[in-house]
Amino acid sequence: MKRNLPCVLLTFAGAVLIGIGICLGQPGQVMMKAVRICMECVGIG
Amino acid sequence: MDKRRFSIQAVAALLSNANLKGFFTGKIYQGAGKTVCVPGLNCYSCPGAVGACPIGSLQGFLSGLKFRFPYYVLGFLIFFGALLGRAVCGFLCPFGFFQELLHKIPFPIKKTSFAGDRQLRWVKYAVLILLVVILPLCFALTPFFCKYLCPAGTLSGILLAVRDGMLRAQLGGIFLWKILVLAAAIVGCLIVFRPFCKYLCPLGAVYGFFNRIALYRMDLDTGKCVACGKCKKVCQMGVDPVKECNSAECIRCGDCVRACPVNAIHMGIKHTEAKNPSEKTTAL
Repeated sequence: MKRNLPCVLLTFAGAVLIGIGICLGQPGQVMMKAVRICMECVGIG
Repeated sequence: MDKRRFSIQAVAALLSNANLKGFFTGKIYQGAGKTVCVPGLNCYSCPGAVGACPIGSLQGFLSGLKFRFPYYVLGFLIFFGALLGRAVCGFLCPFGFFQELLHKIPFPIKKTSFAGDRQLRWVKYAVLILLVVILPLCFALTPFFCKYLCPAGTLSGILLAVRDGMLRAQLGGIFLWKILVLAAAIVGCLIVFRPFCKYLCPLGAVYGFFNRIALYRMDLDTGKCVACGKCKKVCQMGVDPVKECNSAECIRCGDCVRACPVNAIHMGIKHTEAKNPSEKTTAL
């Protein structure tokens, strides 16, 4: 358990950050970019 | 060849690109799945992609006109990293899978190591810091890694351009540059195992930081180890598991586990007390 403590703490921290992001509406911002063809990604922009 | 890992990689690639209709219509998926970051490198402009690329999304936040701290994307990276470390690379990344398939193709030159390999491993950290973080922060609306380097995006561009004449008409110098990068990556894969993962992938750089403490990690029983060197010889990522069993370069392929004649190496989520006093995570 002691050896897994950093992992547990970081996993929890990651989950907390995801939760904060959800509260701030960031999934929507991710989606807004991801549902359009990224011109830079494909080599146009 | 590890058939189990191959199967998991194939399924992960398929799940990340489950919008199969998109490959035929040339249209990208626009559903709710794109609110979720996939763990591996998978361009969200790929017509099959059903999730968002974490590196692309991260740059999207950092290069926004108004700075927003990327809690959500960072949370995903830390969450996946803490659980799996670079096992994401070895099992879940579609572009890593693509590279491994290419490497299986017979080619006159196959290299497991070469002069400069160790130094080149540091380039991916420079790519992460410069192209993914600093430059997008400095120049709005410009995802530098995606725009100038990511070969996964170029593959997506080809798949889209094949179907979309209007898109094809807009291709220019940047696309040509990216085609050259993709071609170099493909040729590199024929010669070297996973060159993009080793030298350029910023996502691998991120997950590598977690290798030492991730839930899914390696343990070496030094009491059993007979120092035969078979694990080091079989490792295609150039890791010596005896010296650094949780190296930031290890993608958890398991080849060393299978090669060990005395079962001294264990990989998984169950761990015994540390028996390797020199265990440390370092980039090569």
